[in-house]
Amino acid sequence: MTTAAALVAEEPRLHYLNESYGVRSWLLTTDHKRVGLLYLISLTGAFFVGGFFAVMLRVELLTPAGDLLQAETYNKFFTMHGVIMVFFFLVPSIPAVLGNFVLPLMIGARDVAFPRLNLLSWYLYVLGASFTTYAVVSGGVDTGWTFYTPYSTMSSTTQVMPTAIGIFIVGFSSILTGLNFVVTIHRMRAPGLTWFRLPLFVWSLYATSLIQILATPVLAITVMLLGLERLLHVGIFDPALGGDPVLFQHLFWFYSHPAVYIMILPGMGVISELVTCFARKRIFGYHYVAFSSIAIAVFGFLVWGHHLFVAGQSVYAAMVFSLLSYLVAIPSAVKVFNWTATLHKGTLEFRTPLLYALGFIGLFTIGGLTGLFLASLGMDVHVTDTYFVIAHFHYIMVGGMVMGYLGGVHYWWPKISGRMYPEGWGRLAALIIFIGFNLTFFPQFILGYLGMPRRYHAYPDEFQVLNVMSTAGASILGVGYLLPMIYLLWSLRYGEPAGNNPWDATGLEWQTPSPPPRDNFEVTPVVTGEPYAYPGREPAHG
Amino acid sequence: MPLFPEQASTLAPRVDALLFFLLGVSTFFTLLIAGCIVVFAIRYRRRPGNEMAEQVEGSDRLEIAWSVIPLLLCLVMYAWGAQLYFAAATPPPEALEVYSVGKQWMWKFQHLSGPREINELHVPVGLPVKVLMTSQDVIHSLFVPAFRVKQDVLPGRYTQLWFQATRPGTYHLFCAEYCGTLHSGMIGQVVAMEPADFQRWLAGGTGATPAVAGEKLFTDLGCITCHRGDAQARCPELAGLFGRTVSLTTGRTLTADEGYIRESILDPGAKIVAGYQNIMPTYQGLVSEEGVLELIAYIKSLQTTEAKGPS
Ligand code: HEM
Ligand SMILES: [Cu+2]
Repeated sequence: MTTAAALVAEEPRLHYLNESYGVRSWLLTTDHKRVGLLYLISLTGAFFVGGFFAVMLRVELLTPAGDLLQAETYNKFFTMHGVIMVFFFLVPSIPAVLGNFVLPLMIGARDVAFPRLNLLSWYLYVLGASFTTYAVVSGGVDTGWTFYTPYSTMSSTTQVMPTAIGIFIVGFSSILTGLNFVVTIHRMRAPGLTWFRLPLFVWSLYATSLIQILATPVLAITVMLLGLERLLHVGIFDPALGGDPVLFQHLFWFYSHPAVYIMILPGMGVISELVTCFARKRIFGYHYVAFSSIAIAVFGFLVWGHHLFVAGQSVYAAMVFSLLSYLVAIPSAVKVFNWTATLHKGTLEFRTPLLYALGFIGLFTIGGLTGLFLASLGMDVHVTDTYFVIAHFHYIMVGGMVMGYLGGVHYWWPKISGRMYPEGWGRLAALIIFIGFNLTFFPQFILGYLGMPRRYHAYPDEFQVLNVMSTAGASILGVGYLLPMIYLLWSLRYGEPAGNNPWDATGLEWQTPSPPPRDNFEVTPVVTGEPYAYPGREPAHG
Repeated sequence: MPLFPEQASTLAPRVDALLFFLLGVSTFFTLLIAGCIVVFAIRYRRRPGNEMAEQVEGSDRLEIAWSVIPLLLCLVMYAWGAQLYFAAATPPPEALEVYSVGKQWMWKFQHLSGPREINELHVPVGLPVKVLMTSQDVIHSLFVPAFRVKQDVLPGRYTQLWFQATRPGTYHLFCAEYCGTLHSGMIGQVVAMEPADFQRWLAGGTGATPAVAGEKLFTDLGCITCHRGDAQARCPELAGLFGRTVSLTTGRTLTADEGYIRESILDPGAKIVAGYQNIMPTYQGLVSEEGVLELIAYIKSLQTTEAKGPS
């Protein structure tokens, strides 16, 4: 690896990047830090492929007529955009990249509990991605990432099975990561690191892992049933064969609703780290923030039916699911309030990671509040399956999770690479992303309320202005995402050496050199106090 | 460029009222959070004299306050939304009926009083209209933004929606559930007309009413050979069946609705009426979804004219 070679030329100290060389030493590594980097590279690839499809969709939507792409191509592009972004980027993103890299460091461990399993999970990811790539290059798939039956089993003539197999396989990668993290957190904490001394990022990864372990098998089962019907015509979902199409939606969302929390909880954990570090303050309400992660993970299993309000489920089922959906909103709100309160009387340093954290809080607030619209039955009937839903979940998954991911990448970059990223460029990119994001997705709330359905390749003329705004925003957003990719690579060679703890942060990961040695710590750290024990001045009043 | 959809049904202003409540609450909380962040960002930025934070523990009272107040607001949203949903799910009994079959990629409508239409639905203003829907292939969803109504249309099942238009005009009708290549072409319009104009439009329509077409099918398909309606018939009496309580061999009872009649035609063995044998052949594959709807219309039409006691 050239980057590692570049580093070693100037830094003779032995660390995880230079302790061995060659492709083999990476492909057979069991070091959680290297596995994290393998994921970083693969996920960056997935993100830009998924992003390419998104750009094509937005360009098509510049004009009301379906002119640039054919309807069939458009349908394939939104499907592949969704499949890649959800299963191959968002679900693994923070856990597999940042979690893998920093979780053992944060709890003072030498590695995760099962290092080889960890490597295996990356191979499963690659194998799953290969199937899906095959599906893409051999003609693509057009069912939407939701694979609703009987369209996906009986009607679509595209590459449904290779895609489904890819998702089936990548699910196991997700399960293994979850399993590994749960055992690691239970068994590998440094002496003195009690549960309530754990950094909140660890709590959020723990909650996420529980969902990964418990929900993902249902996805595997659902995909298998889909395969049985598509290939062998066993009647499960298709009424023509005696099946029930709504059953598929129940099974699908029984995984995919909890999965949306896989796609946000880790981001929330990152934000707790960033806010405390750059406000130099202990978190406001540690226990509430920690338990809200668990509450979200548990309640998240009980609300899948809110995706079926117009699908033909019974009125009473809908009423129960609506009520439960509101309950899951409360722990999310609690987190937002606590982060905001943490800023109060802090001493805020506006480094790039804090900008991402503040962006996250703002955008997640809007995403969460619009979730309340969707949970309200009478309102959901009008806005479901329109651009309102698209805007809602992009505010959460892109405005929230991707912001959290980028914030985390910048925050831990000095630890990962041993180099500082260029601060000015970092802030600029964060600003561009924030502006581009809002311009892209805010108009979609209005489009949705006006009634523009999602997954439309052509649309009535009166929706054009808002669509043009959205496409303009998307091009700004695209530039925003390319920037970090460029300057982070640049910093590998030209960045300032970071030192052990450039942020003066309290976490254990900052007590070891950057980049860390193969086994993380020379001596196992002993923990004697709470996390986020930043120095403080006396309260101004009693 | 419109920023707000037309309000053309009795439901629309009610949904919009809920929207404004939700917007009010969300705007308040968004401004609250954003306002706090901006104020704190300015006041507590790191500068000489503010190099150290003031450490606070947290506050149980605040935590309770910011859990309970949002929860109460949520309960209001919940109850309000549920009430609208309930109203939208229960069509008034006097509603005009329209049958609809969705297929890749068109909407077919059949007025009970005669005309058929494709991708266009004429309705009177000021009268409730109920649409009974099914799909011939995959899932679709009937969506009329100006009426604030939407309902998935499923193969193998009936679903329904209802609305009462309030203003004459032409409104978009969309398919809202992705259904394949020309999903975005599965669109049409709802034409709401003054009742008098609507009557004129109806009268101008050609073709038999579905009940008449259903009667013909009833003969052509041979239903009539068993269901003759005399005392020795080997099958249950159909006149007056619709809406009647039926007892099954399993001991269960149910109310005969469109879904039950459809199932009895396509899968007769699924529910056997108490006192009868499972001898009826299935008509699966012999009769189209439109045909089934016509048969239903015919059976319904036997209601008033020849209603007898339960068989
Ligand atoms: C916290 C993180 C959240 C994430 C990641 C998230 C994500 C999503 C996603 C992906 C959908 C897409 C459905 C589709 O494909 O059509 C969705 C829809 C929905 N979300 Fe959220 N959501 C979150 C929070 C919330 C909250 C807090 C609520 C309510 C209190 C909520 C309520 C809903 C509802 C009811 C729908 C169904 C919309 C529909 O299709 O009709 N969400 N959400
Ligand atoms: Cu459709």
